[in-house]
Amino acid sequence: MAATEGIAATGFSQLWHLQRQLRQHRLPWIPIIVLAVLLVCAALAPLLAPHDPRQISPINGQIPPGESLSYPLGTDFLGRDILSRMIYGARTTVIISLASLLIGAVVGTLIGLVSGYHGGWIDAWLMRTTDAALSFPTILVALVILVFLGAGTIPVILAIVLTVWARFARMIRGEVLTVKGQDFVTMAQIAGVSTAVILWRHIFPNVLNTLMVITSLLVGQIILLEAALSFLGVGLPPGSPAWGTMMSEGQDFILDLWWLALFPGLAITIVVLAFNFFGDWLRDTLDPKMRRSQ
Amino acid sequence: MQDEPILKVEDLETYFYTRTSVVKAVGGISFELRKGETLGIVGESGSGKSVTAWSILGLVPKPGRIVGGSILYQGENLLEKSDAEMRQIRGRGICMVMQNPLTSLNPVFNVGNQIVETMRMDSNQSASTLRERAVELLAKVHIAAPQARLNSFPHQMSGGMRQRVVGAISISRSPNVLIADEPTTSLDATIQLQYLKLLKEIQAQTGAAIIFITHDFGIVARMCDRVAVMYAGKIVEQANVMDLFDNPSHPYTEGLLRSVPGLDQDVDLLPSIEGQPPNPDDLPPGCSFAPRCSYAYDKCVEYPPEYLIEPDHVARCWMRDDAN
Repeated sequence: MAATEGIAATGFSQLWHLQRQLRQHRLPWIPIIVLAVLLVCAALAPLLAPHDPRQISPINGQIPPGESLSYPLGTDFLGRDILSRMIYGARTTVIISLASLLIGAVVGTLIGLVSGYHGGWIDAWLMRTTDAALSFPTILVALVILVFLGAGTIPVILAIVLTVWARFARMIRGEVLTVKGQDFVTMAQIAGVSTAVILWRHIFPNVLNTLMVITSLLVGQIILLEAALSFLGVGLPPGSPAWGTMMSEGQDFILDLWWLALFPGLAITIVVLAFNFFGDWLRDTLDPKMRRSQ
Repeated sequence: MQDEPILKVEDLETYFYTRTSVVKAVGGISFELRKGETLGIVGESGSGKSVTAWSILGLVPKPGRIVGGSILYQGENLLEKSDAEMRQIRGRGICMVMQNPLTSLNPVFNVGNQIVETMRMDSNQSASTLRERAVELLAKVHIAAPQARLNSFPHQMSGGMRQRVVGAISISRSPNVLIADEPTTSLDATIQLQYLKLLKEIQAQTGAAIIFITHDFGIVARMCDRVAVMYAGKIVEQANVMDLFDNPSHPYTEGLLRSVPGLDQDVDLLPSIEGQPPNPDDLPPGCSFAPRCSYAYDKCVEYPPEYLIEPDHVARCWMRDDAN
């Protein structure tokens, strides 16, 4: 009994191992294609979209997908083209998630670097602030900020930045702690290199892998957060071509006009999944240590 | 003028403060170092050799603090310097080669960049001039094809090569004092010898004073002009190398020298020093070596003063009192 279990387990783990190894050497094509499509849509939205995403034409209202060549994904109750809104929605998603990631990563990384390298009371203060930021429920914080600032692209970016910087700060600080104990950092100190140069030239490049992995794993969450905020009606102004807004508009007609909520929902799911798979692959490739511990 | 020491350490005390105790890692040591001279600091692990080195560089690790004494470099007390002033002195004035060459280089940069980085700090020369100087340095530390090696990454080099690159970096700003903290422990025997020769060459070329931290008397005999023997954070004996070997005047030095295997002897069991070094946060009163010393007698409960055995040869042992 025990023996067969053992064999089964070995066989299974070998198979699992093989699949892992294959994944290591192969690029994740499906996620890459999905992300490429997303980026192309975002970049070339005005060229690709067949209609103006905000154009209301009541005569063409409520066309189901597949019935009209000029509206392949159908129209909503106001006659706006779903496909065009989806394409512009990609642009909204990319702009908001890129901007908030970039700002969050820069702020969080700087705080993590200083905190981890300096240590002492600076570390204590920064990390208690980080703990505080991490302990608030993300959506709640974002809601409060948006209620104060009102809907719009910049408030949404700000709300997301305020909830993601702390994750960067915490992860980077941990990495810095392991890197700063290494001899080449001491060597630089001995050689009289200034703190700023040590941080930038010796520590930062050695935490870059971690930074890339966290970034790619956070994208999915940020897209979801943006969609959730728009869905709750506090994100972007109503009528904006954003996937979250489209879903929220479609929810009242989910039984009759099912396509209104279905397509943006699918898009969010697929894009978030693609980013997560891509992030997993990146982590496996860049950080063999993390892989082994799993 | 010639005799003015470049580095003068006086009554240096470096303690580590933990929650429950105070570890007196360096308990009041004094020594001098002149231009072009090599001082060996010998002692077992935990005797305070490395802490002495970190103290001189002003980089004592966290719970540690220099609590007393002075470190005069070219007549100026380093303990009164600000962080920025110390950074100016580190590298150019005083530099150190660490124990482990395998981890002393940053894995993400090629060695050329790492050599140039330190040199860039005190010269405004162009990148290409600096790279030429880096090639010269690599040639000076006997790295074959130095031009091509500039673009190598640390992982593409052997341990001995990396140690030499680290050597090149430490002499890149021609320091006046070079501290070598057991620089050869992680190298194999043939490479060790090469490296020691290299240090001697560098010294002959630059006139740097070297502090050589080791526990190997063979290296001391080969490298050093003078030796300080450390035990439990104190220097128990200090002398010119030959005087120390001919006339060890502290029982600890005597024990250490006896436990070195000689090629001409055929013994099954090397004599060793009985017992363990004392716990540094609970040193015995008086002579720290007394509990292990076979000559110990009633006077040893008091801390012995320095006795001059012969010119430039001092030992801290009460027996010298009786001999005088």
